[in-house]
Amino acid sequence: MPSVHYEAPTSLAQAAQFLQGNSNVKILAGGTDLLVQMKLGIRQPALIVDIKHIPELMEFTLGDQGLHLGAAVSGAIVNDHADVRRIYPGFVEALGLIGSSQVQGRCSAGGNLCNASPAADSVPALMVNRAMCNIIGPSGTRTVAVENFNTGPGKNCLARGEILVSIDIPLPAPRSSDAYLRFIPRTEMDIAVAGAAVAIRLDATGVCTAARVAIGAVAPTALLVPAAAAALVGSKLDDAALSKAAAAASAASSPISDKRGTAEYRKKVVGVLVRRAAIIAKARIEAQV
Amino acid sequence: MSKQRKTHVSTTVNGEPCEFLCEPTQVLSDVLRNNLNLTGTKEGCNTGDCGACSVMLDGALVCACLVLAVEVQDRDIETIEGVAKEGKLHPIQQKLLEHAALQCGICTPGVVIASKALLEKNPDPSESEVRYWLAGNLCRCTGYDKIIRAVLDAGAVMRGE
Repeated sequence: MPSVHYEAPTSLAQAAQFLQGNSNVKILAGGTDLLVQMKLGIRQPALIVDIKHIPELMEFTLGDQGLHLGAAVSGAIVNDHADVRRIYPGFVEALGLIGSSQVQGRCSAGGNLCNASPAADSVPALMVNRAMCNIIGPSGTRTVAVENFNTGPGKNCLARGEILVSIDIPLPAPRSSDAYLRFIPRTEMDIAVAGAAVAIRLDATGVCTAARVAIGAVAPTALLVPAAAAALVGSKLDDAALSKAAAAASAASSPISDKRGTAEYRKKVVGVLVRRAAIIAKARIEAQV
Repeated sequence: MSKQRKTHVSTTVNGEPCEFLCEPTQVLSDVLRNNLNLTGTKEGCNTGDCGACSVMLDGALVCACLVLAVEVQDRDIETIEGVAKEGKLHPIQQKLLEHAALQCGICTPGVVIASKALLEKNPDPSESEVRYWLAGNLCRCTGYDKIIRAVLDAGAVMRGE
């Protein structure tokens, strides 16, 4: 790796100074993407700003408003929290699919989002959970819905000097749940060929009253699919509704062909994943006491 | 690479205070092996895929090749050298030997560190849980069956069964 300067600010104000004073700066959270990219020569920052000593980036609280997740909190910390696993099973399973146990010790939902891979597992799951991104920068703070955060492969909405500080995920309504599924040719340690997250709410008779569907690895960014969600609402997730949702997800996708799969295959399989994720979310609601 | 000032880092390795000088681009696996002569931590892929450089960092299992050495100021690191206590092998080490679950040995320190982390968190994992937990520890000679059996067996020993 070419030479680089390292700073570990302990406050957002200090971090802002480093970020604004240098045009070739990268933020270091867990480093599971950045350090690999630097070793491969894809990125060559002159300055690395380690944000893990800034308290706001490491906050992790579950309360009446939902989950408040500092952008640099590791997957392992999230996964080890039994209540968070119970309340957001789909989000936690998506975050937990990133890399190995070792990678989980360092990777974060915030990093997964900022790295902006179209195949990022946690991003569709954040979308169906209505996650909001808290950003701070030279012109103050702003909040962006997670579905508007990424703008293309490797690209996000952060302007120069801005930092993603935290992610807020509201508490799901009663009789709600979520699920995330991805297809990979192996059983572990791979990158999604296609991914799908579904969050639904059912009334006491099992009729779906609210739904969110998001797909990954089949478009330049992860994508909310309102038409797929609309196909589920008002149904009891019967086969006709699931087929309609699957078709809507396939139609909304615009995948590329690459070494992981052909565009035709991805289009087909993302619909299958939506169907199956919806069935899992429904089973999770039915299992709630 | 241009000459730059080295950074002084104070940290704790296997319970002992420890200091070193490093370049900002050096990763922890490099410093452990080449600055501190702790060569039990192996370097495999160097991109976080193989798990050979697994160490514990403040109680979290990580790949030392994906940690900058400058990041470990005032942290607590546990490497394979700290696993056997007073000349006595840890049950995982003992069971890996008994099951002949290693050949070249390059993956073994990482397997020991990762398995120990699992068993300390989940004392009675299923075979499936062990397999998923160790998915990031690649072994290219023994295959995984013996390793998995050794870890399950070590769990039984640690539970006093």
